[in-house]
Amino acid sequence: MSKLTVVEGSYAVAHAAKVCRPDVIPAYPITPQTHIVEELSKFAANGEIGACEYITVESEFSAISALIGACAAGARTYSATTSQGLALMHEVLFNASGMRLPLVMTVANRAMSAPLSIWNDHQDSIAQRDTGWIQLYAEDPQEAADMTPQVYKICEDNKIMLPAMACFDGFILTHVYEPVVLLEQDLTDEFLPPFAPEHILDPSNPKTFGAFADPGVYSEFRYMQELGMSAALKKIETVADEFNEIYGRYYGGLIDGYYLDDAEIVLVAMGSVIGTIKDVLDELRAEGKKVGLLKIRSFRPFPTDAIRNAVKNAAIIVPLDKSISIGKYEGALCTEIKASLYNTKIDIPVLGYMFGHGGRDIPPERIKKIVSEAEKAIVNGITIESSYVDLREELL
Amino acid sequence: MSSKLCIGGIVEPGSTVINKTGSWRTFKPIYQKEKCIKCGICELSCPENCIIKTEDGYYEIDYDYCKGCGICSNECPRETIEMVLEEK
Amino acid sequence: MKEIRIHGRGGQGSVTAAELLAVAAFEDGKYSQAFPSFGVERRGAPVVAFTRIDDKPIRMRSQVYEPDYVVVQDATLIDVIDVAGGIKKDGLIIINTEKDAGKLKNISAKVMAIDATKIAMDVIGRPIVNTVLLGAFAGATGEIRLESIKKAVGERFSGKIGEKNVAAVDAAYKAMEAHA
Repeated sequence: MSKLTVVEGSYAVAHAAKVCRPDVIPAYPITPQTHIVEELSKFAANGEIGACEYITVESEFSAISALIGACAAGARTYSATTSQGLALMHEVLFNASGMRLPLVMTVANRAMSAPLSIWNDHQDSIAQRDTGWIQLYAEDPQEAADMTPQVYKICEDNKIMLPAMACFDGFILTHVYEPVVLLEQDLTDEFLPPFAPEHILDPSNPKTFGAFADPGVYSEFRYMQELGMSAALKKIETVADEFNEIYGRYYGGLIDGYYLDDAEIVLVAMGSVIGTIKDVLDELRAEGKKVGLLKIRSFRPFPTDAIRNAVKNAAIIVPLDKSISIGKYEGALCTEIKASLYNTKIDIPVLGYMFGHGGRDIPPERIKKIVSEAEKAIVNGITIESSYVDLREELL
Repeated sequence: MSSKLCIGGIVEPGSTVINKTGSWRTFKPIYQKEKCIKCGICELSCPENCIIKTEDGYYEIDYDYCKGCGICSNECPRETIEMVLEEK
Repeated sequence: MKEIRIHGRGGQGSVTAAELLAVAAFEDGKYSQAFPSFGVERRGAPVVAFTRIDDKPIRMRSQVYEPDYVVVQDATLIDVIDVAGGIKKDGLIIINTEKDAGKLKNISAKVMAIDATKIAMDVIGRPIVNTVLLGAFAGATGEIRLESIKKAVGERFSGKIGEKNVAAVDAAYKAMEAHA
């Protein structure tokens, strides 16, 4: 039995990054990610990460640029950011995936300004959906920590070679103190092999990364990235199993289920709200309600087949989103779930709800309200396909 | 303050007047006029503009907004301002 | 599951108190969770922190709406905030005040008063009451062993400061135990 210690979520993740033995950490602090990089700068200053170079860059744009240079030179890299910091990296995120550099970055999910909000939702990483990065979402600090070596192992696979974001909810998970197993160095060394890329920047064997691609070859490069993502679908599953074998903890592969097998109402969610939903479902199941949860761990690659298989016997599917596409009035999970079911024989209504934006708390009663709305929709049909469930009409 | 929200998170100036930060105090500054030499250092050093010059050249403290930081008391060369635990 | 809400002001160590409660409860062999209410922290502004304690792992991530216990670090908050909001019928509020618990207006729930500021001034020499109130919490509720609180406090603060804080915890525990 591994030893539990009460630590802050940020510490658990920083410690996990440390035992992955990164060579270079370029990082810029931003709330609510700050504690992660503070802890790592202490580890580096104390010589606890070997010869790791911690670079205090002057912006997130510099951080991601340094990550690219270091990774191309063969270094295992780590950084963390959130919100406006991630948005500032946007342009370079495409370069990282296009050059097939397996960077690992923790995203402490936070809302986008304006109006200014430092609190949690998923808009920051969802807005980077099409940058070609793998995106996994953790439900608690332990999973966020455990996800760190997992994403290295996934993205450094020579069939994948894509960067990855390990996402966990800002404040709700970064600032919570609870018992966590800090990742053991010996187990991590056993689980995660050293980074050994096929191509590196080396003066004695010069190469160009991300060279010019004319219209005759560009689409093929993009398609090769897609093949990398496809390979990640399988790898995410096998890595979760390998992690379980070595550390004895498992959170699902691409997806996970809770009371899913016979569920008529299937809630779909990512991140820290999963825990609250599980508690509510225990209560509702005791009342005889056939409600289940589909947890999305991998948002990119999107596990289309796994989702189709998981929801095919449901009476209604209810995606719950901490993001919104303004102009479509629905969140990313809602859009993607609906798209995944089209052109199949699955004809199940999808009722989308958005909540918890800009850090608005999600009490258990809100989940119960959603379930009761879904029960009504099974009988009466869906009138509004997607809406905010926690909107304060009186302020409008 | 209007109960309705304005688009863009746009707010009129002066909204912080509503927030009487004096309730944040643990220690309260007590000004002793008889010791005061009217040097004005307290007024200059107050980060919240809570020390106000009166017509006779002495000072009074705006307890609505004074957060009890104690800088005035610390800076005063004549120990004119005493910090005392707020009455609860 | 037991849920605790701590009211204080920025700089009074409410978040630290919530964390130390979680550490102490874990020391007792329980699962625990502590988190702040995630405000834009400013010294003196009202803040809230929460702790959950349970026999099984805690998955709930919402704020605490129906606390079993409320700890109020600063009695001036009573005029500004509904500190008793949502408290369970058999709940208990522990307030730092020099007044008698019976004389506190506008609070219907069961209240225990402790002059934590006096204990802090006497024992620690500074009006920092968070660790004092942890001792009071253990003494009043019996939810956490005194030894576990002392261990958590002693490990967080080193040297002389740690010793003084542990002594303050002890003093508050004894004061509350006598009342409870």
